[in-house]
Amino acid sequence: MCRTPPYKPPWWLPGALSVLAVVALVGLPLLALVNEASNIELLDTISDPYHQRVINFSLYQAVLSTLFSVVLATPLAVALSREPRFKGRDLLINLFSLSLVIPTIVAIVGIVSVFGQAGLVNHWLQTLGLPSFSIYGLHGILLAHVFFNTPLAARVLLQSLENIPQEQWRLAAQLGLPSNSRWRFIEWPAIRPQLVGIAILIFALCFTSFTIVMTLGGGPRATTIEVAIYQALRFDFDINTAVALALIQLALCSLIMIATHSFGMQTSQGLSEIKLNPSTHYSSSHCLNGLIIGIAALFLITPLASLVVKAFNPATLTVIAHSKTLSALTNSVVVALTAGALAVSMGIGLQLSARHLRLRLNKRSSGKAIQLAGNIILVIPPVVLGTGLFILLRPFADVFALALALVIAINSLMALPFVLRILEGPVLQAAQRHDRLIQSLGIHGLPRWRLLDWPHLKKPIGYSMAIASTLAAGDLSAIALFGSERITTLPLLLYQRMGSYRHYEALTTAVLLLLLCLALFFVLQRVIGGKPDA
Amino acid sequence: MLELKALRFSYGEDDYQFDLSIDAHSTTAIMGKSGSGKSTLLNLIAGFLKPSSGNIQWQKSSLLTLPAQRRPITTLFQQHNLFPHLTIHQNLALGINPSLKLSKEQEQQLTNSLDAVGMTGMDGQSAHTLSGGEQQRVALARCLLRQKPILLMDEPFSALDEATRESMQALTRETIKNNKLCAIIVTHSHNDAVALDASTCTLVDGRLSSLI
Repeated sequence: MCRTPPYKPPWWLPGALSVLAVVALVGLPLLALVNEASNIELLDTISDPYHQRVINFSLYQAVLSTLFSVVLATPLAVALSREPRFKGRDLLINLFSLSLVIPTIVAIVGIVSVFGQAGLVNHWLQTLGLPSFSIYGLHGILLAHVFFNTPLAARVLLQSLENIPQEQWRLAAQLGLPSNSRWRFIEWPAIRPQLVGIAILIFALCFTSFTIVMTLGGGPRATTIEVAIYQALRFDFDINTAVALALIQLALCSLIMIATHSFGMQTSQGLSEIKLNPSTHYSSSHCLNGLIIGIAALFLITPLASLVVKAFNPATLTVIAHSKTLSALTNSVVVALTAGALAVSMGIGLQLSARHLRLRLNKRSSGKAIQLAGNIILVIPPVVLGTGLFILLRPFADVFALALALVIAINSLMALPFVLRILEGPVLQAAQRHDRLIQSLGIHGLPRWRLLDWPHLKKPIGYSMAIASTLAAGDLSAIALFGSERITTLPLLLYQRMGSYRHYEALTTAVLLLLLCLALFFVLQRVIGGKPDA
Repeated sequence: MLELKALRFSYGEDDYQFDLSIDAHSTTAIMGKSGSGKSTLLNLIAGFLKPSSGNIQWQKSSLLTLPAQRRPITTLFQQHNLFPHLTIHQNLALGINPSLKLSKEQEQQLTNSLDAVGMTGMDGQSAHTLSGGEQQRVALARCLLRQKPILLMDEPFSALDEATRESMQALTRETIKNNKLCAIIVTHSHNDAVALDASTCTLVDGRLSSLI
């Protein structure tokens, strides 16, 4: 009598399902966009002076933001590298990557509470009899972009400085190189190769930044293409303009992505673990370094601290217990967990099939191609994808009733590149060493997953689920397109409360969202990944 | 005479104490396992680490108050001796003047030092194009240019293949002899000590045994 062998799913099944999901979610909306475009005079839209100004402003603010971020990040990275041991150094550097976990809109509330009309800075300016600073418009957009991207750039640059071998610093000490020679011969050569790549990455992030421009910009003088698409779709009900702008944005983003790719930088750059390797520096201007680090720390920490302090006010309890808050919170949790699970499932599916292609069939390039499929979303900003979905589904359904499903779909795609990046190494490593053994023992399918893959992968899976859910919980772009009075999430509710000048309600909502994101981030890692290694 | 007098260094659980005196024109090999504190000893002498107590004297005057660049010392590391993106000429010139401005006389010295290590005419090349052995030769040339009486070497041959190592050992031995240097080499290979004609001492448990 023969035992029936356990069912063995073909190796391509998980990958094929994931690719199918990505293609359906990206390809169909894009087709709908292109199809719709055939009815539109694209050139008319581009040559319209208002849209010309929007396109120019998108580029202009991105160039300025990039310039400021990189120029400020360089002395910060050098100062941190030259001060290898002070209390709180690791903490500060870890804070640099927190911008991934902290939702953009939450940080903006913090920034507004410090730099806004009623904030600390304007209070001081007033006391000194100086003209007040307006957070809305180009200033505010630049300030927020610098807030998010200077730490990102400083982290990348600090990593290259910390990779300089210790011998070179000793040599510099023995040769008596003064501070400017050390910069010229050691630090600048280490930083220089990174600068172009990080600049392009930041440019891409600022060019497509939605939340910051929507909250701090807006109006005809400070609108980017992303926000103009949203306005066309939601306020003017002008589908033609939305489609035309979406196609322009798609073309520009493709160009930027090609540039980013050729310099080896990725949006998920902030995820790569920084390997700190502080070198001893012999003689340095501690005062100047301390000043630079102090200002940077103050600039980063004050908005968050101010946010947390001001969140506790007489209205706190009423705001939290408000039925709108509770339903938005529930929706956010649902969106976060579902989008996270979807992103991680697609990520695992793609990586398992990519691994089979690489290891068993020795087809490296097809393995890479499968992973690229998951990164396609990087070319398509969520607002563009949303516009496509809007046009695709409009004939069949009430798009706004489907809000949560659409937000989940868009967010799972947006998180996919991060998930892929986290899982790529571990999935490959889980097999590389023992693949021959696994083959000779004939272990495959579920038993292989349960016995061999899962123990290796639960930590990275937990981490990627945490990142994906946190990103989804904090995202404003998708829900801004599809949300309504009936269906909100915490970021949208926060945006509405900011817009109606309910300052205290906004602060409390912001902290609630922040707590949700931190909870998702840490709890998911712990629940899925198990205890951290000692 | 280079003298280490009850020179102590503690870092975490590690505690080292060094007593040593070395003739001004001699070669000494410090042997010991990895982690025994060999490199710590060199870093203390060079001024890269501060001792917790004790003294270092050269020709009867203390070195402790001097920063690394003003000590009569030059160091040859195991690797990363050259700045890879600079030319050989720039790397050598840094040994004379951090702003790279050299007088005619200094240019001549630079050329001579390259001749001495068998790298004549290579000064326009970029350092990262050199083989490991060639890099060590250029590094040795810079040590010579700096005209310091004490040469410290931290495993200078262990990153080299065998044939390169032998020729580099011979070159180093000649260089020490011709320039009447006080040389200290830290190594785990007995072969290095023999090749350099060095007297040896061993580091065990953070203490130096007497010279053999």
